[in-house]
Amino acid sequence: MAEVHIKINNQFVTAEEGDTILEAANKSGIQIPTLCYLKNVIRSGACRVCLVEVKGARALLSACTTPVSEGMEVWTNSERAIRGRKTTVELIMSNHNKNCLSCKRNTNCELQRLCAELGIRQNRFEGEHTPPTFEDASWGIVRDTSKCVLCERCIGTCQNVQGIGILGLQNRGFKTICGPIYNGSFNDVNCMQCGQCVIACPVGALTEKEEIHEVIEAINDPDKVVICQTAPAVRASLGEEFGMPIGSLVTGKMVAALKRCGFDRVYDTNFGADLTIMEEGTELLKRVTEGGTLPMFTSCSPGWVRYIEYEYPELLPHLSSAKSPHMMFGAICKTYWAEKHNVDPSKIFVVSIMPCIAKKSEARKPELHTGEYQDVDAVLTTREAGRLIKMYGMDDLDALEDEAFDQDLLGEYTGAGVIFGATGGVMEAALRTVKQKLDGKPLERVDFMECRGMAGVKEAQIDLNGTKIWIAITSSMTCAKPLLEDVRAGISKYTFIEVMGCPGGCINGGGQSIVSARKKHGRIGYTYKDRRMKALYDEDRFKQKRVSMDNSQIQQLYDEFLGEPGSEIAEKLLHTTYSPKQKFHLVGMEE
Amino acid sequence: MAKLNGDALGKIDEIVARHRNQAGPCIEMLHEVQNELGYIPFEAMEKIAEATGTSVAEVYGVVMFYSQFTTEPKGKHVINVCLGTACYVKGAQQLVDRVEKMTGAAVNKTSADGLFSLDATRCLGACGLAPVCIIDGKVYGNALMGNSFTNELRKIILAERGAKA
Amino acid sequence: MRERITTIEQLNTVKEAEKKYLHLRLQGNIELTDDDQLFNILVCSGTGCTAGESAKLLERLEELVEEHEMEDKVRIIKTGCFGLCQKGPIVAIFPDRVFYTHVKPQDADRIIQEHVIGGNIIRDMQMFDIDKETGGKIYDIEKIGFYEKQHRIALRNCGKINPENIYEYIGVSGYQALYKCLKTMSPQEVIDVVKASGLRGRGGAGFPTGVKWQFEKNQPGHEKYVICNADEGDPGAFMDRSILEGDPHAILEGMAIMAYAVGAHHGYIYIRAEYPIAVSRLRIAIAEAEELGFLGKDIFGSGFDFDLEIRLGAGAFVCGEETALIASIEGKRGMPSPKPPFPAVAGVWGKPTSINNVETIANIAMILRKGAEWYSAIGMGKSKGTKVFALGGKINNTGLVEIPMGTTLREIIYDIGGGCPGGKKFKAVQTGGPSGGCLTEKELDTPITYENLIAAGSMMGSGGMIVLDEDNCMVDVARFYMEFICDESCGKCTPCRVGTKRLLEMLTKITDGEGTMEMLDEMEELCNEIKDTALCGLGQTAPNPILSTLRYFRDEYEAHILEKRCPAHVCKNLLTYSINPTKCRACSICARNCPAEAITGKPGKEVYKIDSTKCIKCGLCLSNCRFGAVERH
Repeated sequence: MAEVHIKINNQFVTAEEGDTILEAANKSGIQIPTLCYLKNVIRSGACRVCLVEVKGARALLSACTTPVSEGMEVWTNSERAIRGRKTTVELIMSNHNKNCLSCKRNTNCELQRLCAELGIRQNRFEGEHTPPTFEDASWGIVRDTSKCVLCERCIGTCQNVQGIGILGLQNRGFKTICGPIYNGSFNDVNCMQCGQCVIACPVGALTEKEEIHEVIEAINDPDKVVICQTAPAVRASLGEEFGMPIGSLVTGKMVAALKRCGFDRVYDTNFGADLTIMEEGTELLKRVTEGGTLPMFTSCSPGWVRYIEYEYPELLPHLSSAKSPHMMFGAICKTYWAEKHNVDPSKIFVVSIMPCIAKKSEARKPELHTGEYQDVDAVLTTREAGRLIKMYGMDDLDALEDEAFDQDLLGEYTGAGVIFGATGGVMEAALRTVKQKLDGKPLERVDFMECRGMAGVKEAQIDLNGTKIWIAITSSMTCAKPLLEDVRAGISKYTFIEVMGCPGGCINGGGQSIVSARKKHGRIGYTYKDRRMKALYDEDRFKQKRVSMDNSQIQQLYDEFLGEPGSEIAEKLLHTTYSPKQKFHLVGMEE
Repeated sequence: MAKLNGDALGKIDEIVARHRNQAGPCIEMLHEVQNELGYIPFEAMEKIAEATGTSVAEVYGVVMFYSQFTTEPKGKHVINVCLGTACYVKGAQQLVDRVEKMTGAAVNKTSADGLFSLDATRCLGACGLAPVCIIDGKVYGNALMGNSFTNELRKIILAERGAKA
Repeated sequence: MRERITTIEQLNTVKEAEKKYLHLRLQGNIELTDDDQLFNILVCSGTGCTAGESAKLLERLEELVEEHEMEDKVRIIKTGCFGLCQKGPIVAIFPDRVFYTHVKPQDADRIIQEHVIGGNIIRDMQMFDIDKETGGKIYDIEKIGFYEKQHRIALRNCGKINPENIYEYIGVSGYQALYKCLKTMSPQEVIDVVKASGLRGRGGAGFPTGVKWQFEKNQPGHEKYVICNADEGDPGAFMDRSILEGDPHAILEGMAIMAYAVGAHHGYIYIRAEYPIAVSRLRIAIAEAEELGFLGKDIFGSGFDFDLEIRLGAGAFVCGEETALIASIEGKRGMPSPKPPFPAVAGVWGKPTSINNVETIANIAMILRKGAEWYSAIGMGKSKGTKVFALGGKINNTGLVEIPMGTTLREIIYDIGGGCPGGKKFKAVQTGGPSGGCLTEKELDTPITYENLIAAGSMMGSGGMIVLDEDNCMVDVARFYMEFICDESCGKCTPCRVGTKRLLEMLTKITDGEGTMEMLDEMEELCNEIKDTALCGLGQTAPNPILSTLRYFRDEYEAHILEKRCPAHVCKNLLTYSINPTKCRACSICARNCPAEAITGKPGKEVYKIDSTKCIKCGLCLSNCRFGAVERH
């Protein structure tokens, strides 16, 4: 790349040919505020927040789109640039629902931050607002266009990261809004509910549907036994909600806080993860040895399951029938645990704390009900869990002493369960158990490094007792698509494929703490995923037991209740069925 | 939203197939669908999205961007009133009001009985004849002063709705 | 299948053969021989005249010629626009050089009977002008004010040849320039001529055309495109439509030359779907040009390939902006993208692309045929050549005029346009459409150049010229444009999407009598900020109508704000209607027609009164009263 010499704020800066002014400035430590720009997702120059003054240009230019050229002179903070930026933000505010105090994104809003930084003290422009849409029909995502700034970050994410394109701009001019077709609900279209759009949104226009209220009601109900389970990825992100650095591992503090919220039990979904491995691993071996449909896909990411039901219904037989870990956990809670503790299952209220938005609709999926109950009654995202904890007066998570998960019956978990939270984790966990089972002796090498890392597609050849199989790991639907096309065409070489709906797996799930665009473009950059991943592998590393089949409470569960993996009762409680889903449900289109 | 009949679906397939291999054919396809069916039904957007490798949301976004496309069927008679500058300064707004009153169709809407759609359009380029109206494709110049436009519209209303109107 | 033309000899043969038919219509008096006893009857078939049933007229004339078996003597020709839309439908008869105006289908019989057979000019249908000095009637076309000051280059063939017959275009030296370029000039030589001619973009901004082409030519790679921007969206401008309807081959030839110069092999004509006649003529022209070999593979045996595709707009003004136009051609929402990168570097499909406006392209063949010196001798300063304006609004001769750059606004409005009708007082002229501004009496003697118009607070734009008289309220006009921009803003960037809405709201408050003087300052400030922050040219120029009216007509704004009065009696909320009891004859016509039932009285007995609380200020009573009793304040 050729060097380009420019001046920013009278300071000489060397940039690379093809860099934008924003990139050149960032590299040399000069920050320019942005709003609509999201690296690798969207760069449209639409919002006009990153305006800078360029010598010779008639008007201000957007730093995020303007390429540098030799001899260019740029001022990022001239009176004119700041005035332009400020006017832009003031105009956005004039068409914005300013109910900041009651907004889920209060204190964590990119627009709010811009207003604060630019010293906006009054509403210079007041006037009519674009007719708003508030839509919360789906279990996962709430859309409030009165807060939307039309940055298109959600559109770019759905289109470019997931390759689906649920969201789009509609109308034009002042009437422009962003949403699913016909300005309808996420329920009526082929939305996988991954929530990547939610964590891309700079403001409170797209948010998770909150269930905090239902959870508190259950906690306050003396008749209810409220059991909380937390997914592995939550512990690697929850700290961020309390201002701790990205990648802080807060397992013990999280447990302490949740116990103080009044849950009757706080368990780790990792128990469910170990159980999943037992069932899924057995299913895989069975398919391999008995000639079942291969490759087999993992099924613990409900976003991915929705995706395949919409987009590749003919590939549904490839999907493992195993329920996802928290659903298995819920099912066991309301049967085995209830029986052992002599509790009426109808009185048990299971709350899952998840890094995920799709889990909310998964919990309501009729195919996943065991008998007359929902296996899981409420699903809170990492962010909601943070809010719940704060509501109970704990705003300094770091100050809490570590506490341990409840241990009775469902308390033990292995390192294999922990790593479920990162892309490749399920595969590695499964390989540990399958290999150990086939070898008939403890593993010499527990770490399957080939499964780790943030690559969109990873593959490896694994020797299972002399049989070599190819496995693949992918996350996000754009990365998954080529693998799926191969399977559809019958040319896939893989035996087992792990698919996670969100890029990087659950650590970057739609329910996780939101990493602002500024952080993503700054020093931390996209390493936030690696940092969270590292936290999980650290916990795994120090676990005594790292193979799911070694979990003694799992063994006890099989001995006392389930029999063996894949038994009739295991099938009933821990497995499910899938059915093709119609992509669009529009009024009047049903027969 | 009513389901489309097989005939209409066949026409959409034909249009999509004809332009499939053209570069960037979305708008061309939409034009033809609208010419054929009078509006853009959901099924057409779905088929166009599939053929062009884009999302339905994107095609829908295109439809909603351009004022000539509509997702709702138009009335039996379409009246366009030009609101270009020349027409505006010569009283086109009064014409709009008049047509609204006569047909019961609000601007850019269709009357309740589905008979009339009133569209305010951009400059038709017939400024010498301002203000200009179009009834079902036929252009009427000096529409405010002369009687030909009003009479024609009255005739159609009478024929469609009978004497009570 | 007609024969392909690949040599200059073939081209010249066709040209000479056509001349025999064309000479009657063209300048230069050719001696008539007995064989030449022909009449050429030209019937305007532009959009304006078609709306006046000129198609029926044409049909009737053809029927009559057949009836009288005069096919060998009389030729009926369907042509493009004559420019004088106000007087349409227009029929021109050559060699007598007679223009008939407002011709109805039933007049066909008279034309054939009285003029063609009888040899008498029908005076009551003939167009004339009044001699300012003598007061007498002028019938000579060339001496009529409307045409006298014009210099037609872009419109050279409009109203003279049949746009649906490629041979007629060849007859007027069509495709000679393309031959010359392909066979005798290098692409760089072509660009050099265009540069030297001083031709600048006629779509608005006035960027030098040759420089634009050079940018694209200098780009590496073989996949390049040329685009003709025929998305003429400025309300009040219709010259592009007229050129496309009247002389489509001039555009095809110009585009082929442009493609050769920049190294493109594929071109698009992006045209508004609101122009069905132009679209159909273009389709015919492209088919004919392909048949004869002026488009397609190996044109004139030169090895140069070029094909052309029509793309239709779908009703979005912003698509006239070049990056939005490219998005639209690609089948997307027509939303502009920031420049740089410019289309010459990354245009349609991300490849180098030159986009030129219709009128610009219409000049190309003439420049290449007659040379850069010829063209650059016309015009003034850095504005060379001619410019077509669409005259409209409160003016006697609405229509299209093409004048050399440097002509003054006064000459256009008074000498060509004939001034305001009804003896009303001229107030302002709006140029440049929604991106332009309003100029006053004081600026009328400004010679028209790109620079002068900008200095005066307006711009050339695509050439719409709307004349406003004392009955037009300038605040209302500014509001009209802002409403237009608000409707047509693509919604992508904040300043245009929200800012223009806020401007419109302020203007509406002022026209409703709720404005404050502070608002004027706020509005001006916001205007200047939008100019500096908006993403594309549409947004950056959107505040111009407000800024120019604030500059020249601040007193009108102040009257609305301070006196709650609309000096031109336009702004409804500031009007009151009353009935002068001394003039009212109690005829009741006002009351019967009042849509709001706001007028009461007793027919024949009691004078009528308007209840101002019920009055919706529609003005019907004023226009209905035969005794001048209704008064507006």
